[in-house]
Amino acid sequence: MKEIKITTPLNDNIIKKLNAGDRVYITGTIYTARDAAHKRMVDSLKNGEGLPFDINNSIIYYVGPCPPKPGQVIGSAGPTTSYRMDDYTPILLKVGLKGMIGKGNRSKKVINSIVENNCVYFVAIGGAGALISSCIKSSEIIAYEDLGAEAIRKLYVEDLPVIVAIDSKGNNLYDVSLKNQE
Amino acid sequence: MRKINVSEIIDKVKEMCIKANYELGEDVLKKLQDAKDKEQSHIGKDILDKLILNANISKEKQMPMCQDTGMAVFFVEVGQDIYIEGGNLTEAINEGVRQGYKEGFLRKSVVNDPIIRKNTMDNTPAIIHYDLVDGDRLKISFTPKGFGSENMSGLKMLKPSDGIEGIKKFVLDVVKNAGANPCPPIVVGVGIGGTMEKACILAKKALFRKIGEYSSIKHIKKLEKELLDEINKTGIGPQGLGGDVTALSVNIEVFPTHIAGLPVAVNINCHAARHIEIEL
Repeated sequence: MKEIKITTPLNDNIIKKLNAGDRVYITGTIYTARDAAHKRMVDSLKNGEGLPFDINNSIIYYVGPCPPKPGQVIGSAGPTTSYRMDDYTPILLKVGLKGMIGKGNRSKKVINSIVENNCVYFVAIGGAGALISSCIKSSEIIAYEDLGAEAIRKLYVEDLPVIVAIDSKGNNLYDVSLKNQE
Repeated sequence: MRKINVSEIIDKVKEMCIKANYELGEDVLKKLQDAKDKEQSHIGKDILDKLILNANISKEKQMPMCQDTGMAVFFVEVGQDIYIEGGNLTEAINEGVRQGYKEGFLRKSVVNDPIIRKNTMDNTPAIIHYDLVDGDRLKISFTPKGFGSENMSGLKMLKPSDGIEGIKKFVLDVVKNAGANPCPPIVVGVGIGGTMEKACILAKKALFRKIGEYSSIKHIKKLEKELLDEINKTGIGPQGLGGDVTALSVNIEVFPTHIAGLPVAVNINCHAARHIEIEL
């Protein structure tokens, strides 16, 4: 199992090198969005409006963090379950999103869209919110503030630990455990 | 008649909300350590190691171990010889939640209406189950229930003829279908018997039991052990990425039921099996 350090924004060369099962440490800017924010972004696109950040080559982290204590950058910030975003994801991948961080398996439609658009799906450790928050160096709400925990945040992360779950070739780490169940 | 003032209840509930989210119980920590020793998968072992590290960081820094600080669920045993003074018990519990989630910097995850979905911004209302019991004590048990795992729960009205095998198959089906989503290694709460809603409440109540403690009923304890064994053979593993440890515990609660029915409810909890209780 390889350990790879990458920096954002992503590009086709970085993505090509990532294989399911690789342990990856991400440094750079990423954006947060979960259920309600996804719905709004996709509605905006359908209405011909723009998105609140430049989605090209970007990574979205599915997280709804806890509020920060005084002096803290962000509260606990572990991944939320990704399948709830499945209906929206292919639309975002089509307009330039390159990577996602969440937890749990994705639908066939999303996996096909990951392959078609040369993208990558990472998983972070579900529940490890305190540990992950220590990798987040800055956090700023940039859109949908009224959604509270679900607002879109721009994060700067250093060595955020994730695992490649679905690579750009469509290899899926979850298939291993599914095979064991047969 | 013993008097308890609501202000005391509010303060205790506030403390419980914060402590349950910041400090993982010793029972769960010990099971995670056992799981790490048992796990053969390298990724699985590494994940379990990081989960223990995460619990240590949250306790040390006094911050939530998980960002999903849950919907507040309570089981309250009210001694029938208590007089609650100064206000209403349900409102006192909700006020404790309001203060605890604010002062503890916990995430507010409750929306006011399941369809309109506007955040109530204070994590209320809480879900409260009351039991009227003998005596003059007030026992409050609390869990902040995350929905990554709650969403993966299930209910089935089995036929009496489905029996133990039917129960086992249903529990395993729910766990397999849940896969990685509920953040394994999970705790599986199972409610068997009663009516439809009673089975669900039993399954939730089962999650409050100390991890590693079996049912006091002999044939139910046997079923808990067998189910835990079968769940761990599925290979789902920590975070669903394959391995030997899929569940830390299977806790079953039972209740008498109707001649025509066999309700079975499965309520899943993530590895952060947070629960805390106090008695006033």
